Amino acid sequence: MGFTTWDILRGLLLATRWTLALSAGAFVGGVLAGLIVLVLRVQPHRRLAWVARIYIEIFQSTPLLMQLFLAFFTPALFGIDVPAWAAAWVALSLWTGAFLAEIWRGSVEAVPAGQWEAGGSLGMSYLEQLRHIILPQALRIAAAPSLGFMVQVIKGTALTSIIGFVELEKAGTAITNATFHPFTVYGLVALIYFCLCYPVALCRGWLERRLNAAHLAH
Amino acid sequence: MPLISLTDIHKSYGQNEVLKGITLDIEPGEVIALIGKSGSGKSTLLRCINGLETYQQGSIRVAGTSVLESAGQLRLLRQKVGMIFQQFNLFPHLSVGRNVMLAPMVVKKTGKAEAEALAKEMLTRVGLGQKFDAYPGQLSGGQQQRVAIARALAMQPLALLCDEITSALDPELVNEVLAVVRDLAAQGMTLVMVTHEMRFAREVCHRLVFMHQGRIHESGPPEQVFTAPQTPELRQFIGQRDAA
Repeated sequence: MGFTTWDILRGLLLATRWTLALSAGAFVGGVLAGLIVLVLRVQPHRRLAWVARIYIEIFQSTPLLMQLFLAFFTPALFGIDVPAWAAAWVALSLWTGAFLAEIWRGSVEAVPAGQWEAGGSLGMSYLEQLRHIILPQALRIAAAPSLGFMVQVIKGTALTSIIGFVELEKAGTAITNATFHPFTVYGLVALIYFCLCYPVALCRGWLERRLNAAHLAH
Repeated sequence: MPLISLTDIHKSYGQNEVLKGITLDIEPGEVIALIGKSGSGKSTLLRCINGLETYQQGSIRVAGTSVLESAGQLRLLRQKVGMIFQQFNLFPHLSVGRNVMLAPMVVKKTGKAEAEALAKEMLTRVGLGQKFDAYPGQLSGGQQQRVAIARALAMQPLALLCDEITSALDPELVNEVLAVVRDLAAQGMTLVMVTHEMRFAREVCHRLVFMHQGRIHESGPPEQVFTAPQTPELRQFIGQRDAA
């Protein structure tokens, strides 16, 4: 029984749904984790800032693959059975959060110190300054690089195949094993990843130009 | 009773002592200029008054509130003392009206309609009532600085600190800002300014404080300071100014 190219593509597209779902989930989780770490990182208490810093260093300085393994196998040591999708989501979210927190910290620090001083001189508290003065400006600086990082998240989901989560990459391997057409299958897999990532990169470029233009008018 | 009372303020950056025991009382309604060479500590002293800089020794009280007591006390104090900066420091992402409305709404929990009326009133006071919906980037430097003054006034402070507020302006824009400051002085606002505009200081201030190497070297009414300086340092400082 032969497989048509359409059969292969259909199988891959069905698995793409899971790549998309995991990417979106990891981005949402990463944004939440990143926000928490960001606030810890920039607030004035040194010890809390160190906790955030250690978190960031650990997740940035170890391979995502190791993080996925640990998220998947560590709970098993304690007799807890974690489904592959949950381990993948948690690990990817924490990993994304570490990078986003650093991108955003850079953006917060790019806001001139005079903005903090102006807010403080008007009697605003630290969190009030952050919320009303600093973050709105930092967000504008951070938007394009954050979206750019989304491309890394989408490609990062491919690694979750190794703990058994069936997304695009894993489906590609399974279909290759059935069809013995690795070039066709992985060629299509690459094409699908490209079709997912390239529009995001285009959006990033557009956002960059738009926000920059707005910034110049100010 | 003085509105602002500085007692024996010492401040160092590491080994470098920039304020070496400053004692100064400022009465309500008084207009004071801190003058002196750059590096003499005048901006640092001004920034100590509303807690933007910390100091190691001495005390600062504003209307009975001590500066370094706690974060909450400091916020209360900052509501009584406004500050205008050399670089304006307007919030670029907010319209002019929003710049002025923000602190009353966030800090004093003023309602939106009331804050808007207040902002319009303050902007009119600095001659910019028609710029309510403009963004800071669309204004000239002089206009931006006037917005910054309106923003500080909206908190209804007892005193304003002005840190070289005309130094970043093109020469032709300096006068519109000084005119606003002159009006405030005439209306009885307590003003402490660091300035290089000697003619303006001479006309408007009640007292000039000459700082030199972290100390108050000499102070007095403008006429006395300009016509009968007591120390060679002040004489030299004024001489340089006249020559320039």
